[in-house]
Amino acid sequence: MSIWEYANPVKFIRTTDRLLPWFSWAALSCLAIGLIWGFFFTPDDFRQGSTVKIIYLHVPAALMAINAWLMMLVASLIWIVRRHHVSALAARAAAPVGAVMTVIALATGAIWGQPMWGTWWAWDPRLTSFLILFLFYLGYIALWSAIEDDDTAADLTSILCLVGSVFALLSRYAVLFWNQGLHQEATFSADKEQNIADVFWYPAVISMVGFALLFIALVFLRTQTEIRARRARALLARERTL
Amino acid sequence: MLPDLGKYAGYVLSAYAVSLTLIILLVLFSVMRARRVRRELEDIEARQGRSTKEASDG
Amino acid sequence: MIALLKRDLMLAIRAGGGFGLGLAFFLIVTVLVPFGVGPETALLAKIAPGILWIGALLACLLSLDRILALDWEDGSLDLLATAPLPMEGIVTIKALAHWITTGLPLVFAAPALGVLLSMPVDAYLWVVVSLALGTPALSVIGTFGAALTVGIKRGGLLMSLLVLPLYVPTLIFGAEVARRGAEGLAVQTPLLMLAGISAGVVALLPFASAAVLRINLR
Repeated sequence: MSIWEYANPVKFIRTTDRLLPWFSWAALSCLAIGLIWGFFFTPDDFRQGSTVKIIYLHVPAALMAINAWLMMLVASLIWIVRRHHVSALAARAAAPVGAVMTVIALATGAIWGQPMWGTWWAWDPRLTSFLILFLFYLGYIALWSAIEDDDTAADLTSILCLVGSVFALLSRYAVLFWNQGLHQEATFSADKEQNIADVFWYPAVISMVGFALLFIALVFLRTQTEIRARRARALLARERTL
Repeated sequence: MLPDLGKYAGYVLSAYAVSLTLIILLVLFSVMRARRVRRELEDIEARQGRSTKEASDG
Repeated sequence: MIALLKRDLMLAIRAGGGFGLGLAFFLIVTVLVPFGVGPETALLAKIAPGILWIGALLACLLSLDRILALDWEDGSLDLLATAPLPMEGIVTIKALAHWITTGLPLVFAAPALGVLLSMPVDAYLWVVVSLALGTPALSVIGTFGAALTVGIKRGGLLMSLLVLPLYVPTLIFGAEVARRGAEGLAVQTPLLMLAGISAGVVALLPFASAAVLRINLR
């Protein structure tokens, strides 16, 4: 038994078919518990009022936006080194999910920023980094959909993912440097986890777990879809040549 | 039924609305595409009369 | 390698090679900005370094598809791939040729256009220095983008989408050098960062570009 067994598409589909309902229901219940608890049964913050309830969406989405990219990076590396198709297809499957998470993080951040900072958007380092991350997601997805040959697309996008990761990291530090001294708003959103009370913390954690499970379930499902689509294309191609 | 959200009600509600809509759309699109692709693959496999060995996952 | 460089330069300079296009584009962008934001001298002087950087970046972007697309179409890229020259060397030469025909003229044109924007005197030196340091990085990153999209028909828009996020760090540090220089602040940190990015990109990215090109030629 090793993890590489799941690189076999048939095996992967069979296993994830079994796991998928569990993950889906777990994700749904965690999200429901976390969000309902957070929305209905937590007190308002004495300074931020009821806007503090946005935290149960904003922080998990931001977390998953970054983790999705990391997962794509690992999957791309596995594809480059060991050339398992499932890995490349999983990276492809994860990209739109990560992009949506980035949009949620940005949108909730903007909605939260308006009452708290008095502006929808500030060129705060953290916000700017997320915007750049979103652009990277867009480029990655666009490149996948532009190339017809599956293996070429997988190769090119995984290299783009590697190079993009380096540049995303560079941009992060560049942005931090660029906005230094203009304003200190990052402290508003920095390290919330450490300095919030338990009443906010527990539902936030449950919500984070829910987002993570949702991400896993979606990636399973979408990877299955990609495997099937790839197989359908292969069969069709064979049909034409016969 | 709604908790008292005070003067920020609009912001909080719209944040939840936007996020949940996006998540539901994402799930919906994923599930629909999964169904469609699964059906297409089954069609092709049935047409080609391929035996169960490779197609057991479909 | 020298022969390849000569050939690329000759092709670029000859008619239809688009040698002057980047420069003309740079000129037009710079001229259009005052129409967009108004002729107020103080405002223009303040944003001039940033505009020159954006203009240079766009001019670079515009000419990227010429790096590889033409050679791809007429098949000379396949010939080059079988030549006794590593692919890394080929992409480096391509990027160098692009820089000499596009980046270098931009560096020299920037001060002249700075006059149009009534740029402060202190800024000239730093705009030129930062562009001279930053444009090689733009060319090399652009070659990577061009290599990624070389097999795609009408891939120009896609290439912009891929390349522009990669330009972010270079642009930030480059424009920061120019801006701080214009305001008479210390420029050492962003200047070193910009030089570091350029050096790192020139040293490492050709490997990625070469890998991508090999995949595309497969």
